[in-house]
Parts: sequence; C-alpha cells; structure tokens
Amino acid sequence: MTETSARERQMTRYNQHQDGDTASNERLLYALGGGALVLVGLSRRSLPGMGLAAVGGSVAYHALTGHWPMQQSNGIDADYSIRVNRAVTINKPVEELYRLWRDFENLPRLMSHLESVTVQDGKRSHWVASAPLGKTVEWDAEIINEEENRLIAWRSIGDADVESAGSVRFEKAPGDRGTEVHVKMEYMPPGGVAGAMFAKLFQEEPSQQVHADLQRLKQTLEAGEVPSTEGQPRGG
Amino acid sequence: MKALCWYGKNDVRVETVPDPQIINPHDAIVKITSTAICGSDLHLYNGYIPTMQKGDILGHEFMGEVVEVGKEVKKLKVGDRVVVPFTISCGQCFFCQRELWSLCDNSNPNAWMAEKLYGYSPSALFGFSHMLGGYAGGQAEYARVPFADVGPLKLDNGGLTDDQVLFLSDIFPTGYMAAENANIEPGDTVAVWGAGPVGQFAIKSAYMLGAEQVIAIDRFPERLRLAETEGKARTINYEDTDVVEELKSLTGGRGPDSCIDAVGMEAHGTSPVAMLDKAKQMAKIETDRPNALREAIQACRKGGTVSVPGVYGGFIDSMPMGAIVNKALTLKSGQTHMQRYMRPLLERIQNGDIEPSFIITHHMKLEDAPNGYSMFRDKEDECVKVVLKP
Repeated sequence: MTETSARERQMTRYNQHQDGDTASNERLLYALGGGALVLVGLSRRSLPGMGLAAVGGSVAYHALTGHWPMQQSNGIDADYSIRVNRAVTINKPVEELYRLWRDFENLPRLMSHLESVTVQDGKRSHWVASAPLGKTVEWDAEIINEEENRLIAWRSIGDADVESAGSVRFEKAPGDRGTEVHVKMEYMPPGGVAGAMFAKLFQEEPSQQVHADLQRLKQTLEAGEVPSTEGQPRGG
Repeated sequence: MKALCWYGKNDVRVETVPDPQIINPHDAIVKITSTAICGSDLHLYNGYIPTMQKGDILGHEFMGEVVEVGKEVKKLKVGDRVVVPFTISCGQCFFCQRELWSLCDNSNPNAWMAEKLYGYSPSALFGFSHMLGGYAGGQAEYARVPFADVGPLKLDNGGLTDDQVLFLSDIFPTGYMAAENANIEPGDTVAVWGAGPVGQFAIKSAYMLGAEQVIAIDRFPERLRLAETEGKARTINYEDTDVVEELKSLTGGRGPDSCIDAVGMEAHGTSPVAMLDKAKQMAKIETDRPNALREAIQACRKGGTVSVPGVYGGFIDSMPMGAIVNKALTLKSGQTHMQRYMRPLLERIQNGDIEPSFIITHHMKLEDAPNGYSMFRDKEDECVKVVLKP
C-alpha cells in the first residue's frame, strides 16, 4: 500500500524530530484550525481520499519542524497543501491571550467560522467549523506541543474531514505594544489532485479568513465589540 | 426617517428609510439638529470615491441630541447635546491611545477593503464609502454613533448655537490640523491652496499658530473675498497668473515657508499637465488630479513643509519627488485626529477667538439637500457652505 508506506516514512521523520530540541523550536506550530478549513468545505468522504493518510504525517512533521513538509517531497506533490501564516498584535498581555486561547471552547465565540469546540481531555478536542453551502467539517485534534504563555501546537487525528496541523505562538511585542499572535496552519484539501485544484481556486481565502478571525479577536478584546453595520438603514 | 441617499454620480435623493437602531453595546442614537454638506461629499457626488453602494446614507458633519444609548455607554446620557466627529474610533487600540484617532485599528468592519488599497486600514468614517466602514451618515433625521463615549463632544445646552459649533465635527479641526501639520513658526508665510471651508479654517488657524502672513489661492472671487475679509489673507486668482511666480514675488523670492493643499483629488488647473490629469481621471487611468499638490510642492521654499488636508483616494501621476528630495521638504497629511482638537477649539469659540459660522452661505431643509449638492458643486449663488436642518 503506497499510502501506508508514505505515511510511515513521514511518521518516522516526525518522530525523529520529536527527539530534537522541541522546546526551543518555536516553529512548531500547529493546527489551530478555525477558519481556514472551511472554504474547502468538502468532506473527504465525498471525494477520492487518495493521499490523505500520507498527508497527515507530513503535516505533523511540519508542525514540529517549521518546514513546509510537502517540499521535502517523498513522492508527495508539494502543490497539494494549503498554508496560512498570519499575525496580529493585540493590546493585551501575553498571559491573558494564552489563557483565553488555551481554553479552546472560547474560540467559537471569537472566530466567526468555528461552530463549536468540545474539549475531551487535556490533549484532545473535537472541532466543528462551518463550510460553504450550509455544510460543516469536523475533526478531532490533539495538542502536540505546548509551552505556557508561548505556544500551542496541534494536529488533526483519526478520521478528520480535513487533515490539518497548526500552531499559535504568543510573543510580547516590542515597545510595550501588547502581544503578537502568530498563527501558522497547514492542511490538505481533500480529494487528491482534484481537491488541490479546487482549493487553489480559493488559495487566498483561507489566509483571509484567518486574518478576519484574528481581527475579530483583536476587536473583541481591545474595543469590547466587533464593529458592524448589519441592520443599519439605507435607501432603496 | 428621512435621509439623503447616494445613488450614483450626480444622483442623491432624500428618501424615507427605517430609523437606526442600537447594534453594538457602545452605540448611541442621535437625533440630528444640524448637518452640513462637506466639500469631500462632492467627491462622492462626482463619483470619484470607490466602494459606494446605491442607497448609502451620506453625511459626516452632524450634531444633535442623544435619544438612546447602548448598554456599555457610560458617559453619554439621553438628552445630551453633542457634536459628532466624522471619524469613528474605539479609544482602546495602539493608535487611539497615542491620539492618532483617525488611524483606529478597530472601527472599520470592512478593513480588508482598505488593506487591499492602502496596506492597512484607517479608522472608519461616517457616510464615506464601504472601504471606510460603510456606516450610514448624518444627513438624516437620526444617526447611529458607534463608540459613543469616545467620539461625541458634549456641549452645554445654553450658549452657543448649532451654527457656531457644528463645524467642530470636521472642517474646523481639519483646517486646524492642516495648519499644525504645516510646522508654522513665528514670522512664517503660509500659502493655502483652496479657499473653500477647510481652506478658510486653515487660514485662520495658521494665524492662530503664529503665521505672519497667509496667502490664499483659488479662482472664485467670492471665496477669495472671504479669505481677505474674514481670513486677513492676501489672495491669488490662479486663472489670472502663474501661481508659483506670484508666490515668489509676494515672498521676496524665498517662497512660502509652508504650503497647504486644501483642494485634494479634484483640483482644477490651467496648465497642460492639469488638462492631462483631467483626461486621465476621466479615462480612469489616474484616480486623483493632484494639480494643487504639485504646485504647492513646486512653490514651497527650501526646507519647508507641505501639509495636505485635501482628500486623495488612490493614485497620482507625475509626483514631483525630485523637488521634495532636493529641496528637503517635509510632507504631512492624514485624516483629522478629531478628539485632539474638538475640545480646545470649542474653548476658542467660547472665548470668542473665532466665529465659525462665517463660512455659512446657505441654510436649507434636509428635503432640499439634492439641490444643495448641485448648488455647492457649481458654486451657484456664491455657495460656500450649506447647513441642513432635518
């Protein structure tokens, strides 16, 4: 089975990296996955699931090394994966942001594309995000790296609709300007080549959605509300 | 309620629309007692500002009485009389905390649009395109005012009339910040392009900040007259003379120490380059016509400052960067950081240092606003400033 052996190779590399200097490796991010997953919005069960098993391992590899794994190749087409790298500076202390984020069940309140997060135990949680056409995508996630007030990294596990991994890193901004929140995510669009082509059509969108969610977080925490004109009067 | 709605180039209509409601917890609803048409509204009327939508309610210079407040509003109360600044600011972000109110990070729901064009989004404005927030404006009977504890300036009920304080909503602070940005020192000569309302306030503000002489440049005799009589400025009609040469002559060959472009993106001019700008703007290959700005840069003395309160939306051609570099000019601009200026300028009005109603030429009912727009655009009946009463 090609898929299995590819996954095994990736997992081997992943495990090798886990033995490395993980504590100092701030690139280990992972899988925060709120908004970015949704645009793809297709269940892998509805498309050929080719290649997904291999992908899970490689995404996690990225989580721990900061390298975009698809370019390491191993016979996997680098064009498949979708990556997001966004940052926002929020005028609040690191501790407050970390605490808020670490309780994943807070996130749907702050991020428009997440419907729910259910924490199952200290490491595992179940995520549901909205997708186009009234669909939802769901996945289980596990925390794969965590440093208090600094980093949370996760990846999807088991029978996820979309394989993904991501991280959020908190850093005190210079000049007393609050906290930099850095989000990195990578995920595999379902459906192999066809799915990748589909996702490419929306390539900018996952990044834009994560950006929008980070802005909402900033607005909620700084200004106490998300600005809106929904429902205001207009002519016509 | 009745409101003035934008439908396209040269097409604004007074319509009956639903009353505004509280949407967010820091909102207030203001019943408007006076509202004005701004020169920058003419950029909307003339169709030069992108991301407008049919039905948008215009107006960003307004004042009135608070009739409802959201549950997080602590300072304003129902019944308070307020002037509302044209910018919308959260009061909590990096920029607000440094008094850079017009750069607020958190007030624009459509920040992504401005980010595409400018890299980062400035604060939202009332009634001034979706890119800048899409908030319904104040040429209406009522307006919803977000972050009501941060923006509106509370007034005593007695004393000053609406006509005396209304322009604290935009053009008086805007003219004042333009003069402040001009880095005026005692003995300086300041040249002001555009003797419209912002130009008139910039002239008066330049004197307040220590200018020794101010020179106003326009082509409408009534505006130049106002600059002379009210503003104590010398004047140049640019249709009669070469402005740069005339400024040299009026300053003993030195050039003005500071130049203020209170014209912006729809500058007129008589030079071939100005004609070319007009053609390019019509062909949509240049969004803004920067004739006044170019002239200000050309005329400015070495080491001087060019201050730009005039509105520009996008891109300009033939920017004389060589003059900026080789004459070591300072260029300053920005939408007005309103909260810095509203209270101190109110005190100036209370002290009798300035009587801002001098620029009002027309009072109209809100229903007649479409007529007010066309009069203001065409400078009919020597129109300088229209105040609307809902």
